[in-house]
Amino acid sequence: MGAALNRALRDAAAEDPDVVVYGEDVGALGGVFRVTDGLSREFGAERVFDSPLAESGIIGTAIGMAMYGLRPVVEMQFDAFAYPAFEQVVSHLAKMRNRTRGAVALPVVVRVPYGGGIGGVEHHSDSSEAYYTHTPGLRVVTPGTPADAYSMLREAIACDDPVVFLEPKRRYWSKEAVELPVRTEPMERSVVRRAGDDATLVVYGPMVETALEAAAVAAEEGRSLEVVDLRQLSPWDDSVVTASVRRTGRAVVVHEASVFGGYGAEVAARVGERCFHYLEAPVLRVGGLDVPYPPPKMEHLHLPGVDRILAAVDRLQWESEWVADAEGPGVGG
Amino acid sequence: MDRHGHRVSHSSFTAPDHTRLADLHRAMVIGRRFNQQASTLARQGRLAVYPSSTGQEAAQVGGVLALGDQDWLFPTYRDSVALVTHGVDPVETLTLFRGDWHSGYDPHRYRCAPQCTPLATNASHAVGLTYAARRKGRDVAALAIMGDGATSEGDAHEAYNFAAVWNTPVVFLVQNNHWAISVPLHAQTAAPTLAHKAVGYGMRGYHVDGNDAAAVYAVVSHALAEARAGGGPAIVEALTYRVDPHTNSDAPQRYRDEAEVAYWTARDPLTRMAALIRREGVLGDEEETERALAAFDAEAEKVAAAVRDRLAGEDELDPASLFGDVYAEVPPLLREERQELVDGLRET
Repeated sequence: MGAALNRALRDAAAEDPDVVVYGEDVGALGGVFRVTDGLSREFGAERVFDSPLAESGIIGTAIGMAMYGLRPVVEMQFDAFAYPAFEQVVSHLAKMRNRTRGAVALPVVVRVPYGGGIGGVEHHSDSSEAYYTHTPGLRVVTPGTPADAYSMLREAIACDDPVVFLEPKRRYWSKEAVELPVRTEPMERSVVRRAGDDATLVVYGPMVETALEAAAVAAEEGRSLEVVDLRQLSPWDDSVVTASVRRTGRAVVVHEASVFGGYGAEVAARVGERCFHYLEAPVLRVGGLDVPYPPPKMEHLHLPGVDRILAAVDRLQWESEWVADAEGPGVGG
Repeated sequence: MDRHGHRVSHSSFTAPDHTRLADLHRAMVIGRRFNQQASTLARQGRLAVYPSSTGQEAAQVGGVLALGDQDWLFPTYRDSVALVTHGVDPVETLTLFRGDWHSGYDPHRYRCAPQCTPLATNASHAVGLTYAARRKGRDVAALAIMGDGATSEGDAHEAYNFAAVWNTPVVFLVQNNHWAISVPLHAQTAAPTLAHKAVGYGMRGYHVDGNDAAAVYAVVSHALAEARAGGGPAIVEALTYRVDPHTNSDAPQRYRDEAEVAYWTARDPLTRMAALIRREGVLGDEEETERALAAFDAEAEKVAAAVRDRLAGEDELDPASLFGDVYAEVPPLLREERQELVDGLRET
């Protein structure tokens, strides 16, 4: 996935001279995850460069650049290191178009490697998506596959809205045989990664792979799980998810972030509102524990895995008495 | 000039010529009247709030008139006089305070960013914009305005540093009006002056009498010229005073002495400039001078009257417009919400 992102940046920069790439260590080093590897050499230090180590300044200057017609793609080195930039993101980046009644668009892409699973020490593993999805004006997207990483980053750079582009860092090394440049579905559309009939797993980013593994295991046990990859978290078009759940009647939303107040709460609420009469069981959430992100040797206790996902699926009221009730008059679908 | 409007010279800066002095005074007279009018409208409830800059007109006018035709202004909420001087429509300037919308003008049309309420966050925007302009081969400098309190913010530090490292042509005009709402300068910084802060970033710092429009104009012009020539950004600290309350809902008697206000009103920028103009015959002989000064007053009255008239009615606000410019295209969720809102309003 890291290579796909690198290629997307390269192709976007080659195509559009207004694209500039900067952040901490993105120049000679190529970023701490090497996502910007070789770009500074290829496009020159005027277009791909190291900035001072100051995240708010990075976003603030990107806003100014976008006001004058550039398309900055900036890197926040790690999820938790993006917090100093929060004010610039929520108070300016997200609102400029609205407060200027459309006169000033800010086509800025904020790349954020996020999430855990890489044995990172403190502040290197946060799932910060809900902080951004709660802010109207931002597009928040996250790819779950290498093909999507390429296609969605190209789309994000071409997009006239500010995009928080969340890169699941544990998947940087995921491989997929794909001919680049590839174009997948438009990023605002959720996609069905695996079709199934019995229940829907709603996932995004790092959990896409995990959910597909879980679905494979479930299939061996005779249970058919559909996996929906959300891709764009905000603004969310729920049509693919709701269509899926109306068919399967059961849903589990899975993310790495802590469950309480997490993005899954929004998904569960919306599915409840839109699919109530189709549901055979309450929508369940599987996520990280409601504790600060644990130290590396204990992060496996925090992160949802196949077992925890399947345990949740098992709790979706499959017992015959529940099914019998659900199939009673006026309920079910 | 000294506090009585006597000319003084400085070896490093060129004094503005008579035409420029007249421009500066005219803009200050209009600015003062605008401040008064907007404050009145706030008291009448026609504006939701107005942060007056009475007493600070020289700093804003002197800074803005130093800008070139392609240059950008990055103002804060207290810089309405700067906006009006820069050419932004006075009513569009007040849209934010009227409560109709968060900003009332097209920034590209006026080369003026929206008035910034979060402190010092506008400064890095100026750095980025001038960086982009340079990349596009255009000669664009920027004036980023902030107050004394804002220099304590991390965003001020980051913007100073980015500007210096990138060598972008930005002049940070710090209006040191001595009060950050109720907090005095000595509780804000231990620096000898705010201009001293420039040293740590490897840029130039200027400390100027902010109630002397000619001096502010001369120093900002000098700093802009150096910045354009590749000499790097600069901080210009303009020493001035916020004569009025922070806003119409402030209670300054709780934190400052009237004697302090009196000290500064005795150094009023308009009085000083008028004294210099009269003494030096900037506008001609005595009769011509008085006629020209009266014409400035009359023009300011016209501006105020036009503001009053144009704000007399209520603008029709379209509820559906709330959803229009959140994203480039209205996403499905917002379309639904918009429909619900409009339908709900129709039923009531």
